[in-house]
Amino acid sequence: MTDIPAKAAAPSTSSGSVLLTVMKLRTFIALIAVLIFFSIAAPNFLSTANLILMSKHVALNAFLAMGMTFVIITGGIDLSVGSIVGLCGMVAGYLVLNGIDLQIGYTIYFNVFEIALITLAVGILIGAVNGLLITRLNVAPFIATLGVLYVARGLALLSSDGRTFPNLVGKPELGTTGFGFLGAGRLLGLPVAIWILIVVALGAAYLAKYTPLGRHIFAVGGNERASRISGVRVNMVKMFVYMFSGFCAAIVGLIISSELMASHPATGESFELNAIAAAVLGGTSMSGGRGTIGGTIVGAFVIGILSDGLVMMGVSSFWQMVIKGLVIIVAVVVDQAQRRLQSRVTLMQMAKAG
Amino acid sequence: MSATAEREIILKLEDVSKVYSGTVAVKRANFEVRKGAVNVLVGENGAGKSTLMKIIAGVERPTAGRILLEGEEVSFSSSGDAVNRGIGMVFQELNLFGNMSVAENIFATREITNRFGKIDREQQENRAAEFLERLQAGIRPDMLVEDLRIGQQQLVEIAKAVSLDARILIMDEPTSALSAAEVEILFKVIADLKARGVAIVYISHRLEELIRIGDYITVLRDGRITGQEEMKNVDTQWIVRQMIGSDAKDFAKADGHLPGEEIFRAEEICLPRATGGLAVDHVSLSLRAGEILGIYGLMGAGRSELFDCIMGRHGHSTGEIFIGGIKVKERDTTRRIRRGLALIPEDRQREGLVSILSVASNLTLASLSRFARLFHIRGAAERQAVTQIVRELAIKVADPAQEVSSLSGGNKQKVVIGKALLTEPKVLLMDEPSRGIDVGAKADVFRTMRKLSRDGLGILFATSDLDEVMALSDRIAVMSNGKLTGMFDRAEATEAALVAASALGHGPAPRTESTAHD
Repeated sequence: MTDIPAKAAAPSTSSGSVLLTVMKLRTFIALIAVLIFFSIAAPNFLSTANLILMSKHVALNAFLAMGMTFVIITGGIDLSVGSIVGLCGMVAGYLVLNGIDLQIGYTIYFNVFEIALITLAVGILIGAVNGLLITRLNVAPFIATLGVLYVARGLALLSSDGRTFPNLVGKPELGTTGFGFLGAGRLLGLPVAIWILIVVALGAAYLAKYTPLGRHIFAVGGNERASRISGVRVNMVKMFVYMFSGFCAAIVGLIISSELMASHPATGESFELNAIAAAVLGGTSMSGGRGTIGGTIVGAFVIGILSDGLVMMGVSSFWQMVIKGLVIIVAVVVDQAQRRLQSRVTLMQMAKAG
Repeated sequence: MSATAEREIILKLEDVSKVYSGTVAVKRANFEVRKGAVNVLVGENGAGKSTLMKIIAGVERPTAGRILLEGEEVSFSSSGDAVNRGIGMVFQELNLFGNMSVAENIFATREITNRFGKIDREQQENRAAEFLERLQAGIRPDMLVEDLRIGQQQLVEIAKAVSLDARILIMDEPTSALSAAEVEILFKVIADLKARGVAIVYISHRLEELIRIGDYITVLRDGRITGQEEMKNVDTQWIVRQMIGSDAKDFAKADGHLPGEEIFRAEEICLPRATGGLAVDHVSLSLRAGEILGIYGLMGAGRSELFDCIMGRHGHSTGEIFIGGIKVKERDTTRRIRRGLALIPEDRQREGLVSILSVASNLTLASLSRFARLFHIRGAAERQAVTQIVRELAIKVADPAQEVSSLSGGNKQKVVIGKALLTEPKVLLMDEPSRGIDVGAKADVFRTMRKLSRDGLGILFATSDLDEVMALSDRIAVMSNGKLTGMFDRAEATEAALVAASALGHGPAPRTESTAHD
């Protein structure tokens, strides 16, 4: 959420800066382009039902991508989010169906709200494990989260012996009904999942821009040593970003199992890749220090609309993958070109200013 | 140095200009490089020295003008081209591969291979050892570059350039990280090269150095050459006049205020070194409010490590520190900053700045909690503080939202100082605060130090520059080999005494440098 480079380049009126503005808005332009393209090419694309369905798909990826954005800004990566989605879905499903058996003849059943809280706590906890591995034990983020990816997936499969927890309707006498609200409920005409996305996204954007923690996230990604000497609690910042990423993954796990009214242990496989793609498409730099929540959300929309639109057009899923890959590559190439142009424009302004 | 008049000109630039989009970096410069002589080039930061050198080294192409190498017009399309024609350069920014050994760095891109194309490691290391031997740096060719201190890395860079067997060797600030002893060795190497007929182009901010080793001097100001003389005909005053257009005093004068109560005390600070022994060896010192205590010492004397210990950057250091007589129990940097300590690190780029953030974000990075209510940063308060500190320190920046990487070295240093000051410290630790910045910015930094001490801050500053430590300090501590070897009052300190104290504990055996910087 740094708009600093933008400000630095704003006053110029040369053709370079026009091009620069276009390039800066590239993800937006891409979004509008795919919207226009599919509304012409795919029948029913603009129907309300389809738009809402699509935005629900997008929301799932957007949650993960937001968590991923913070992680990537600090210079890390979180490969475990897909598995956390799966595990958290299983935790929710298990609690709805079985509650917690206290081994003394009693079983505690939680209401849906409590189940959601516990599930979120599990997601945050796994994020904390990631964070501890990375900060305390100095494991490289890629490896630490790769390990947790396997562990969490394995735990998800173990929890049900690989089976699905079906039919999470709950029993009225146990107070476990109403789990479907998250995935299927609506408020003021919009799905609940979208409302949650709006709240979390605004919170994340605020955090990035207006809080010391947000500033520290960027500083750690920009120069960890300098941040440390400036008194930034680098380890705490890193713990936070992985925990936030786990939190976002837990939300997705809840929403998916609520939508399907079932939890399947393989849910969320390869979600992490889509999340990384959305973040990168939205202008997050893999080398850390740069990225915005807004950009990431737009990136998630581009990817989501692209895949849904192609499905509606009947394009084969093999081609879909090729197209998605190309879009990501082009996005990064344009991003690099923009950065070069940006530094040229800044140089020119400095030259003018003397 | 007397018979320099007849030296042959090996390289000549005629009316060379270099225009970057919008700015003229070099304007119609005529520059001659003479064989077997040290050709000195001086000028403030941004005067165009580096551009001129990059043109000679083939990194940049001139927009206009001719380059004559031994009377023949040449144009280099790359630095490789220039190297092939016998022009080598020691860059100011270290261009080394930290993940490779010293020998691999010295022979990068011209590896010694056997018949089958396999790198002959042993021969590379033997050859590298020869060059390193000449620099007497105690660096083994199989050491990893990232394990060396900056000063040593600079020596590797020099060894690399010397190994090119160049006819023209350009050195851009080769001494900025070297200790006095190492500078002596470098000068010997330069004399040796000179005797073999190598033309040396030497750039430095340290005027006394230039006067000592230079044969010819060229002064640049705003891209123009303002003076070209034989060194024996000029003095410091002349150089400074050509550089900045008027006489200037380097050091801010002491204002005669008296230091107050003790504000800081360190007791028995020890830091074990990775290779055994102590990098900081039972150092105790005390500092009064409004006092500037200079810590003089050679490279590897443990000055930076002492600062690191005081800031709580090493968990395994021992000893106690007191601020205003109260023991500081906090052991981590964050809370020590809150207690009133602030460090201005030696390596601006790596430890001082987050270069992709704006000037404003860098300035407030260490003090954000001051501007935050609960968890919300109050934009107005932050902006006001930034504007104020930019004005106070005379940081030249059009818009504080600009990325900090676009500033010149001197202004970057001011940003690092501003960041420390915004934490409202009681004790300021400055590690080589004037390293690699131009005369004007240096004077600003020194003035700021004076002003801060007048305001009652205690300042500890480490330097390997004798003049600086003599001119600025109220008291001078000398460190050598991790120990405090001398403590002088300003009045009784002499350069000879400082140098003698800084050499204590250094046996004739090659030093094994600490690698425990981090």
